Amino acid sequence: MLEGILIGLEAAFSIQNLLMVIAGCLIGTFIGMLPGLGPMSIIAIMIPVAIGIGDPAAALILLAGVYYGAIFGGSTSSILLNAPGVAGTVATSFDGYPMARKGQAGKALTIAAVSSFAGGTIGAILLMIFAPALSSVALLFHSAEYFALMVVGLSAIAAFAGTGQVAKALMMTVLGLILATVGEGALFNMPRFTMGLMDLQSGISFITLAMAMFALPEALFLVLNPARGAGQGGSGKIENLRFSRAEGRAMVPVIGRQSLQGFFIGVLPGAGATIASFLGYAVERNIAKGDEQAEFGKGSVKGLAAPETANNAACTGSFVPLLTLGIPGSGTTAILLGALIALNVTPGPRLMVDTPEIFWAVIISMFIGNLVLLILNLPLIPYIAKILAIPRNYLIPFILFFTLMGAYIGQNNATELLMLVGLGVMATIFRFADYPLAPLLIGFILGTMLEDNFARSMQLYRGLGFVLERPMTLALLVLAAILVLLPSYRARRARLRAQGVADGD
Amino acid sequence: MALDRWIALLFVAFCCVYGYAAFFTMDGLLPPFMQRNPVWPSTFPKMLAVGGALVGLIVLLGLEKPVEEKSPGATDINLARLGDYKIGQAVLLLSLMVAYALLLRPAGFLLATAGFLVAGSATLGERKFHVMIPVACLATGGVWYLVQEVLGIFLRPFPFFLGT
Repeated sequence: MLEGILIGLEAAFSIQNLLMVIAGCLIGTFIGMLPGLGPMSIIAIMIPVAIGIGDPAAALILLAGVYYGAIFGGSTSSILLNAPGVAGTVATSFDGYPMARKGQAGKALTIAAVSSFAGGTIGAILLMIFAPALSSVALLFHSAEYFALMVVGLSAIAAFAGTGQVAKALMMTVLGLILATVGEGALFNMPRFTMGLMDLQSGISFITLAMAMFALPEALFLVLNPARGAGQGGSGKIENLRFSRAEGRAMVPVIGRQSLQGFFIGVLPGAGATIASFLGYAVERNIAKGDEQAEFGKGSVKGLAAPETANNAACTGSFVPLLTLGIPGSGTTAILLGALIALNVTPGPRLMVDTPEIFWAVIISMFIGNLVLLILNLPLIPYIAKILAIPRNYLIPFILFFTLMGAYIGQNNATELLMLVGLGVMATIFRFADYPLAPLLIGFILGTMLEDNFARSMQLYRGLGFVLERPMTLALLVLAAILVLLPSYRARRARLRAQGVADGD
Repeated sequence: MALDRWIALLFVAFCCVYGYAAFFTMDGLLPPFMQRNPVWPSTFPKMLAVGGALVGLIVLLGLEKPVEEKSPGATDINLARLGDYKIGQAVLLLSLMVAYALLLRPAGFLLATAGFLVAGSATLGERKFHVMIPVACLATGGVWYLVQEVLGIFLRPFPFFLGT
């Protein structure tokens, strides 16, 4: 591991990569602050730039920097405007905004930055410990296990979509998998479902799909409902960034607990930063005593530190399945996976063996990224926050333009833009009907790999025999089935129990 | 019927068409030497078509009971408030995007982009053209320089009749 860390240090501390971290964090913070634009949209917009760089390590470092920056920027708009840019920072606004209303916006931002830094750094240490261990286990996996593992990942993502949403999430996953079958696959060398269109020969571009699923609907919602991105109620000047020693002491145990809890929640596919931040907030409120508990929701230091620590630790945790198994646990890591594949790097257990410089450079850059956010971004916040004053009449056309550019640059094909608009309208309708979109994108990105591993196992075992002949595969598939069925079973049991109570049983 | 169930109905219909293509059209085109393989190009799509139709039916028939709805906030996306939303502006912007896609090659990047940015902000109600036009032109030039010169991706700047 020491050797790996040294390789990572060497790669991460190159001038180019240091600039990438700094640029990524700044861009991420800058755009992440805009309400309505989450990390997924920002990373999707940045992908053509990252791919243009050509060096996979630098590209991943840039995108990871954008990711942290976006989360940090999201916290800033949560605290200053009560308008979270991302679901993962909603819990931040519970106590961050009341603090800002009391004129303590600067202190709230510092607490958020310090907690994010601690959560991200502890998360990166845990990642250094767990990723290599998981990688070495994953090396024992064959195609059959990979196929089953991806099924587990997709099921978990659907299962975590929430009660009453599992079937919808599964439907979106299947739609993503179906979209992935369009075009000429590497395995069969024949075009499928292209309807005779040359433009579909190479399949649907994942950048176009990512833009259409996240960036375009968000921009359209800003148009449809101006209240969504309204910047009213800005808390005026941001000054006095310091917090007291007593407040610092109160934060330490919260940061310790939430870093661990957030990280392990982040590792689970589908859980991610949102669940980690809400759960972190709930746990800290429950274990707080008396006055401290009453303070929650009114500007509590602990209430702000908990979700901030947890969501950053979870962001780092979500890199574990991506880097070790090549399976993304969230929409954001799915987009990162797509970018890596576009750069000819296949994340998975071989990543650490074949290209240790990428693996370790990314981990080391996480530490640098967190440091950049703390040292560089925090003092710049009062200036960066000025972006919130840009009128929407200017902002929205630019967001739409960058979305179009992102899709165009990737393929250099104007048809791609028409596909973007079509898919974007479809995604907007899905959002209106409360369908989750992340499963669609994850299904799309995993689709090709899932089919390749399935086909390889079928060829090796001359049929579906691999399911029974490999106990691990069977166990994983059973786990996937349980994951999908469990929420319905629990909801049904709860409903029956409630009926029982109502009937007086 | 609620919108989500209409979507599920369309999805089931889509799975049927997709499944038809996988079960009948694709297998008919399969060369004989590939027919001995345990896995065909249509195997995975067949599984997806069946799985998709089943999941779509679960949503369509409402077999999975939804949880009690919490009332959405002012900034949440809410279909019930569709009438209050600025649909006209959104449709106009989407039309502008389509026009941009169609005009990008013939009109050249600079003209198409500056036009899109100005028309886009005008659609949203901006009337300060003396500010918007210079901003749009500067941004267009800046992005063109970045993409063409820094990233090295070719974008034809001028209309087709002015050459490349």
